[in-house]
Amino acid sequence: MSMATILSKGTFAKRPFRKRSFKGGIYPPEQKGLAAGMPIEVIPTPEEVRLPLLQHLGAPCKQVIEPRSQVQLGDIIGRAKGFISAPIHASLRGTTARVSATTLPAGRRVDVIPIKADETQPFTDRAVYDEIFGGDWAIEELNNYDPEQIANTARDAGLVGLGGATFPTHIKLRRNKEKPISHMLINGAECEPYLTADYRLMLEAPRPVISGAILAGRAVDAEHVTVCIENNKPKAIKALRNAAEGTNVSVCVLKTKYPQGGEKQLISAVLGKTVPLGGLPLDVGVVVLNVGTTAALARAVLRGRPLTHRVVTVSGKGVMAPKNLLVPIGTSFRYLIDYCGGLNDVAQTVIAGGPMMGFAVGSLDIPVTKGTSGITVLTQHETRRFGFGGGDGSGQKPQTPCLRCGRCVSVCPMNLVPGRIAQAARTNHPQLAERYHADACVECGCCAFECPANIPVVQLIRLSKAMLRRKT
Amino acid sequence: MMVDVLVGLLPVMVMAVVVFRWSAVVEVGLCVLACLASEWLLNLVQKKPQTLGDFSAVVTGLLLGLSLPSGSSWYICVIGSVVAIGIGKAAFGGLGMNLFNPAMVGRAFVMLSFASQLGASAYVVTDSDVTVLSQATPLTIAKQYASDLAAGREVAGNVEHQLQAAEKFWPLFIGQVNGSLGETSAIALLLGGIYMCLRRAAAWQIPLGALLAGFVCAALARWTDLTPFTALRHLISGSFLLGAFFIATDPVTSPISSLGKFIFGLGVGIFTVLIRLFSGYPEGVMFAVLLMNAAVPLIDRWAVPKPMGAG
Ligand code: SF4
Ligand code: SF4
Repeated sequence: MSMATILSKGTFAKRPFRKRSFKGGIYPPEQKGLAAGMPIEVIPTPEEVRLPLLQHLGAPCKQVIEPRSQVQLGDIIGRAKGFISAPIHASLRGTTARVSATTLPAGRRVDVIPIKADETQPFTDRAVYDEIFGGDWAIEELNNYDPEQIANTARDAGLVGLGGATFPTHIKLRRNKEKPISHMLINGAECEPYLTADYRLMLEAPRPVISGAILAGRAVDAEHVTVCIENNKPKAIKALRNAAEGTNVSVCVLKTKYPQGGEKQLISAVLGKTVPLGGLPLDVGVVVLNVGTTAALARAVLRGRPLTHRVVTVSGKGVMAPKNLLVPIGTSFRYLIDYCGGLNDVAQTVIAGGPMMGFAVGSLDIPVTKGTSGITVLTQHETRRFGFGGGDGSGQKPQTPCLRCGRCVSVCPMNLVPGRIAQAARTNHPQLAERYHADACVECGCCAFECPANIPVVQLIRLSKAMLRRKT
Repeated sequence: MMVDVLVGLLPVMVMAVVVFRWSAVVEVGLCVLACLASEWLLNLVQKKPQTLGDFSAVVTGLLLGLSLPSGSSWYICVIGSVVAIGIGKAAFGGLGMNLFNPAMVGRAFVMLSFASQLGASAYVVTDSDVTVLSQATPLTIAKQYASDLAAGREVAGNVEHQLQAAEKFWPLFIGQVNGSLGETSAIALLLGGIYMCLRRAAAWQIPLGALLAGFVCAALARWTDLTPFTALRHLISGSFLLGAFFIATDPVTSPISSLGKFIFGLGVGIFTVLIRLFSGYPEGVMFAVLLMNAAVPLIDRWAVPKPMGAG
């Protein structure tokens, strides 16, 4: 290794195989304690859910249900359009209303199908929990399932990455002759501050997680199936180790560092492999699935249930009583926050997701989607600390010009020069954005978190990316 | 971040006052005030928002003051400060836009304009009650010795004698030698410098590169008899440490990537020693920093780190 590589990585990189961490990254305050001790609760059935027709990466769904029709829990209401897409199912029994629209947290406007809940539901309260997480998960008999059938079931059940990326799962589960898969990594890192939904899931329902992991491994014929957890979750590690006993699934403990749960960082930490620039994990023989996704896969395959519910953490210092909730997809943020006692005096900003990668929401009437892993309510101080603020700059820390200090460079897990990409957006300079590889940015937010000049680096990088897309 | 720089400079300032007494307080204070005033005025006439709160003008003033010899006249301090802020920074568009280290721009300006008052001889004041001021600076002595040798002259007895005194390690390390206000005490500079690196107010790659390159070059020079000083003496004498830890590490005027910072440091170290050896000046830090500042855009273009997964 040359001196140059040592220095440019800022650390004695290329540590032996399984260094269990990655280059760069930061240590934001974890704040998991707020909700980590709260068992998953089933919320009372909301009066209405609103289901956006786009809840995944890819093409929006086609509406296949007329207004004012009766739907059962699990009926298809939006059919997938194209290969990269995922159908959407009714998350309640009820009556559909006329299509309306909503603005998703990331800013896209989409059609939504509202469903008014019936008085009687097939499951309520504890029965929902038992139906989704309880009972037997046939861990010994999973070898009877046909690999292709597993992928098809994932497609029909509308499975997408529940960690937040929402990439349709069935695509990852197809066998590919040219690109055999050696490792199936199950991502339980949950490195975002505040969020504890995956933690509670691993702790309370390790068996469906493991069962789904085995099915996923079987689908792609992976040699190794590994569940990856950060070392700040010892109880979840223990629960999963117990559940995985006697199976081909192993548990890998990782250093607690943000963004350990990023796909590329995870692969680098666990396997010491580097996903090529612009490539996919598939290119190095790896598939990564979130723990919530594998639990949903087990439910789909073993119980024939589509994705209708998910666990959502409602936390933050701005919430009266932080909780982890099992909710029908489409429930409004307002309903969940009210269930947690509402907002308190110090609440300033509501984030869909965690404070590092989440988006500030403009209205509490937006629905939970498949990718909503949490709702975090930040105080005024945190709003500034994590770089959220009004579009007019209110609530933001005073910005100074870029000092070229290079702190953003040393924390960027993708080894980019974030300050320069941000500058490219400011000066409207697509060549600069290209030279500094704006496209490789995973928008983890480490750079903005570290910047002493309080430059909204990630927002500017998003602009740079848009500028590059326009150009090509 | 700038506050960390102020804390890092604290031991240096204390030693400056210990060694040079009032003149350190007066000159450094004057430079800081003049820098603040220039910044304030320039913002006012350009109708820009006031930027005194970012402390960068304070740091510029401190570094300029600490790089002047004891006993510099008040107008040297003031003119140096005005040039540092006006030409070194504001003319480029303010903080973050400047190409050259403002303090060094000011220092170079006064050095060239008032050569006689800031040359090697200006450091020696015989009738002062500050004892170190009666000797020439260690680097001046070393230079004298080397040039005598090179010219084939016999080294004068008193130079030989002074050299023996100047070579002593502890006075150099503690700071009981003549020199610019902030450069004499190696221990204070190291303490403050390491603090800044730990607080990440200074990038460690720069001093590391400078010390490494400086050491190798000086060792080579010693080996070829170009200088009577050992490599270690070179590093702890003159403003080498002040330059490596406090001046070259100005984030704005150094490269952005880690590799770039290291290369920049190497350049500062190499040029400092080269100027000490081959120019008319006994000290080379200032010009080395300015030279490398000019190379920053080039380094930045070249030393783009490879994104994860590229090539
Ligand atoms: S961290 Fe901020 S100030 Fe420092 S180089 Fe990056 S963008 Fe510029
Ligand atoms: S540039 Fe992108 S990948 Fe790098 S730290 Fe910033 S957000 Fe993360």
